[in-house]
Amino acid sequence: MTAVAVERVAERTAPYVTAHEEFVRASAGPAWLQDLRQEAITRFAAVGFPTTRDEAWRFTSVERVAAGRFSAPPSGIPAGVREAVARVVVGEPHERLVATFVNGRFTKELSTLVGLPSGVVVGSLADAMRSHGDLVRTHLGRYASAEANPFTALSTAFVADGAFVYVPRNVVVEQPLQIVFVSSGGEEPIVSQTRALFVLEESAQLSLIEQYVGAGEGTYWTNAVTEWVVGDNAVVDAYRIQRERTDASHTATTWSRQGRSSVFSAVNFAFGGHLCRHDIHAVLDGEGAECTVNGLSVLRGNQLMDHHTTIDHAKPHCNSWELFNGVYDERARGVFTGRIIVRPGAQKTDSKQTSNSLLLSEDARSDSQPQLEIYADDVKCTHGATLGPIDEKSLFYLQSRGIGGQAARNLLTYGFGAEILNSVSLEPLRAHLDDVVHARLENRAH
Amino acid sequence: MLDIKNLHASVEGTEILHGVNLKVGKGEVHAIMGPNGSGKSTLAQVLAGHPAYEVTEGTVALAGADLLDMSPEERAQAGVFMAFQYPVEIRGITNAYFLRAAVNAVRKARGEPEYDTIDFLDVLDEKLKVIGWEDTFLTRAVNEGFSGGEKKRNEIIQMAVLEPKLAILDETDSGLDIDALKLVAEAVNTLRAPDRSMVIVTHYQRLLNYITPDYVHVLHNGRIVRSGGKELAHELEAKGYDWLRQEAAVAG
Amino acid sequence: MTGIEAHVAKPYELGWETDIESEKAPVGLNEDIIRLISAKKEEPEWMLEWRLKAYRHWLTMTEPTWPNVKYPPIDYQAIHYYAAPKQDKKPTSLEEVDPKLLATFAKLGIPLTEQKRLTGVAVDAVFDSVSVATTFKGKLKEAGVIFLPFSEAVREHPDLVRKYLGSVVPTTDNFFAALNSAVFTDGSFVFVPKGVKCPMELSTYFRINATSTGQFERTLIIAEEGASVSYLEGCSAPMRDENQLHAAVVELVALDDASIKYSTVQNWYPGDEEGKGGIYNFVTKRGACRGRNSKISWTQVETGSSITWKYPSCILQGDNSVGEFYSVAVTNNRQQADTGTKMIHIGKNTKSTIVSKGISAGRSQNTYRGQVKIMKSAEGARNYSQCDSMLIGDQCGAHTFPYIDVRNSSAVMEHEASTSKIGEDQIFYCQARGIKAEDAVSMIVAGFCKEVFRELPMEFAVEAQNLLAVNLEGSVG
Ligand SMILES: Nc1ncnc2c1ncn2[C@@H]1O[C@H](COP(=O)(O)OP(=O)(O)OP(=O)(O)O)[C@@H](O)[C@H]1O
Ligand SMILES: [Mg+2]
Repeated sequence: MTAVAVERVAERTAPYVTAHEEFVRASAGPAWLQDLRQEAITRFAAVGFPTTRDEAWRFTSVERVAAGRFSAPPSGIPAGVREAVARVVVGEPHERLVATFVNGRFTKELSTLVGLPSGVVVGSLADAMRSHGDLVRTHLGRYASAEANPFTALSTAFVADGAFVYVPRNVVVEQPLQIVFVSSGGEEPIVSQTRALFVLEESAQLSLIEQYVGAGEGTYWTNAVTEWVVGDNAVVDAYRIQRERTDASHTATTWSRQGRSSVFSAVNFAFGGHLCRHDIHAVLDGEGAECTVNGLSVLRGNQLMDHHTTIDHAKPHCNSWELFNGVYDERARGVFTGRIIVRPGAQKTDSKQTSNSLLLSEDARSDSQPQLEIYADDVKCTHGATLGPIDEKSLFYLQSRGIGGQAARNLLTYGFGAEILNSVSLEPLRAHLDDVVHARLENRAH
Repeated sequence: MLDIKNLHASVEGTEILHGVNLKVGKGEVHAIMGPNGSGKSTLAQVLAGHPAYEVTEGTVALAGADLLDMSPEERAQAGVFMAFQYPVEIRGITNAYFLRAAVNAVRKARGEPEYDTIDFLDVLDEKLKVIGWEDTFLTRAVNEGFSGGEKKRNEIIQMAVLEPKLAILDETDSGLDIDALKLVAEAVNTLRAPDRSMVIVTHYQRLLNYITPDYVHVLHNGRIVRSGGKELAHELEAKGYDWLRQEAAVAG
Repeated sequence: MTGIEAHVAKPYELGWETDIESEKAPVGLNEDIIRLISAKKEEPEWMLEWRLKAYRHWLTMTEPTWPNVKYPPIDYQAIHYYAAPKQDKKPTSLEEVDPKLLATFAKLGIPLTEQKRLTGVAVDAVFDSVSVATTFKGKLKEAGVIFLPFSEAVREHPDLVRKYLGSVVPTTDNFFAALNSAVFTDGSFVFVPKGVKCPMELSTYFRINATSTGQFERTLIIAEEGASVSYLEGCSAPMRDENQLHAAVVELVALDDASIKYSTVQNWYPGDEEGKGGIYNFVTKRGACRGRNSKISWTQVETGSSITWKYPSCILQGDNSVGEFYSVAVTNNRQQADTGTKMIHIGKNTKSTIVSKGISAGRSQNTYRGQVKIMKSAEGARNYSQCDSMLIGDQCGAHTFPYIDVRNSSAVMEHEASTSKIGEDQIFYCQARGIKAEDAVSMIVAGFCKEVFRELPMEFAVEAQNLLAVNLEGSVG
């Protein structure tokens, strides 16, 4: 870095470094935690916010976040949070398992966690640091690499609370667990640092709905980090729904590490936010592991959603599937970068990656690029991409069947989303998302 | 039905099985368990005749015939079926076509007339009824784009259609969610028959909550170090493999 | 050979030679040779001038080096540019054709005599530089279809030939096209007039027999408004230690609502296991969809030749026109193939489909090279490309070079690519279900190529499938 660049980085990281000093003084914690935080802030201070000159960020400028002054959120439950949660949870009220986090902090009043199978822990990361210290210490920040991602570094630097979920060996959590992260700004712009750690032991099973919503009116930025530790033969069915306020920023990274014969499925819906970036980093670290990472973005206005996925095949006989569909209207922008790594010796890898973009207006834009790094010779890697407007012929076909103009366009557009919606195996959630997608396409409030 | 005596086998010059002895009677279900890398899959592959594994010593008899002398397809024709730990995909070839080719190959070898496409669909229908599964897989290409769980279920369909005398299931339970596991276990239980023996290789004890074997064996370091009834599985569940390792170390 | 390699190396079955005296032009290339060829073909003056112009341009050109193939320099002065079986007078009917020639084609599975000929397929049989016979000429004439050896067409339908020849592949197009334009000898000419659906499959079979010769065939197919035709070419050559050059040019023209389906089963001698001998197959094939709603579809099964350099292409000029390319290219031993297609979208709502399957075994190199170009004018254009490679063994190479150039933002592009290895595990899986290794190999290959095989005319789909099984036998096991 040039001297000027270093100065620029310092200028923008300085408020966070200062805030960190204060944060560390105020939040006690074991030595390992303080070390973890310290290493992370040092890393963040050194690299600063990414710029479009960084290869991994060349389509997405985070200037809006980097140049802003975001402070730590006040405590308490701001107005509108309760309603925001009520709007997004699904399923019968008496059966729900819901854990709510307001600006990153576990909020018991808004959570219902009765009827969890014995041994299963769901709750606050801050509590878990005391009650399950060893588990947290073993896993927290071990997969989410502060080295690899400055936003992850920032999150780890300020880690204090968040979601902690632990499912012991052979335990199946039958009810889907719903985790709602609500961010709500006050007078000052705030950064809501949300954090989640999931640990599943051998043959454990969990379905998860992870939602990000905004409440209130103040400016906010959510910086989310989620870590998954998926044990041998464990099964995860996870849905992540990002519906931040359309003036908010959302930077997120999801890290997963899977054991032998495990199955990890993550479906990511992106509806909200102004500037959004989600990095997904899945490591298939046991023979025969399998992962599915799907995504659906439905955007309009000036929204930007940048999905960056890395699927790391570290062991033989692992499969991965990726399908990302995006519908972009008005001046919305989508980015999909799909990196597939096949490590030496990871023979019999089977990976498939597809991204489809539908541009509903002249000004909408989408960039998609696969990156294949293959260091084994007996593998199957397929990638495909489509990009373009609605097919005129299909439109005409529908018109000739009496479905005209906007209705025909909506139907075809919906079909584009349905491919992903159909991969949602939790029925109440599927129905709910179906409504959301319809509403968004028709530009109704939802 | 199956009689394995002092079986030694190696792969790429390294001996993996160091003298396995195992007798499986007609209609019996044997579970083989054991820690990572103990040689369970190797045993299964050797029985099916995978060319990468070399038998250096010992004998295997199937209903009195020398199994080791047969090519893989002859073994299949003689009634051996292995459900693969990692079933292989064959693009563009539908499961229905593949199954017909397999069934006809066996029939041809036995001097029986081959099925044509139409007749075979009826045969398939009949066989799938036994396990009560729908035939949504049949028109899809063999394992192409299947999830791990679907591939495992597809192996069970093949087993149901091929009606083997000896079925070897290599980790058919791995990578299944709880519902799929129950489904597979149920089908396997349905396919238990007085003239069908089964060897079930598993990595995770959980399967044995759903399939009750007649015998349980523990393979360790290429040898069967312990055999017993189904209670052995519960003992393993409680204690893990470490005590066996120690025992083996003391004995060995 | 062990393991998998042991299943894909069966000897070339069409490598025998016909013992027949042939008459050759002197070795080498100059204007006199071109005059001699033109004279042999009894061509009009304009044709000779056209050839000479092409020749003079060729002299200014250099051989392309961009394909991903390697071969020693070709000595263009060491080739005989004309070779024909010796005959006292030109045969006017089948009865007058040398029985040795009829026997040759019969042995290749193409009986030409009245009683035995294939029903439903009209065949033009080309032996070295001349057409030996064309079946069903009469029946086709009744339908209004012209199906003639190229040299006859030049004499009998000069206006048609003159109007279309070189209009899709100009003489100056590329090095081998220019050479072909100068020295082409025979090939087929097809003209399907307005509104006519050709009542039968048309087929040309090319056989190289003479030594030290090149074959330079020329094919021109025109489908007028609303016409349609399906055409198939096949080819083979004797096994020789020398390399022989085959540089053909094929031009297709489809007018409004017309459709042309062009299929190739290419089985030139591929050379021996060490790469000695074999045909250099350097071919320019291009179709022009000139009319609205016209369609050109290329299907090729390429198994032979020591080197293949070939990119059947479509110029999609008419609005709503459709171009298709379905290809299976198999390379074994030391074969090299650099093949693919070009789809140039000019008209509105033009659509192209590319499906390429490459299978490489032995120490061969198999390259897919494809270009999709969407011009500014091509509002609403769509392309779908699928490109799959299969490797057998670990000494071969598969390479993919897709070029995409989109200049209209309304275009929809779709592409898919995969590389996989057929290995012991796949074969063993089939064996473990009772299926023999050889059957397993053909099943796996047939499944892999399914999307292409189903595009071939029925009569040839089976042949192509068998050909592939033969070609790969020995490389899997
Ligand atoms: N094809 C092969 N090439 C080299 N080594 C092999 C091969 N197959 C198995 N091995 C080795 O043989 C040993 C036994 O492997 P095997 O797969 O039979 O164990 P397993 O009991 O099935 O283990 P797991 O529970 O992990 O499935 C291991 O050390 C393994 O690395
Ligand atoms: Mg195993």
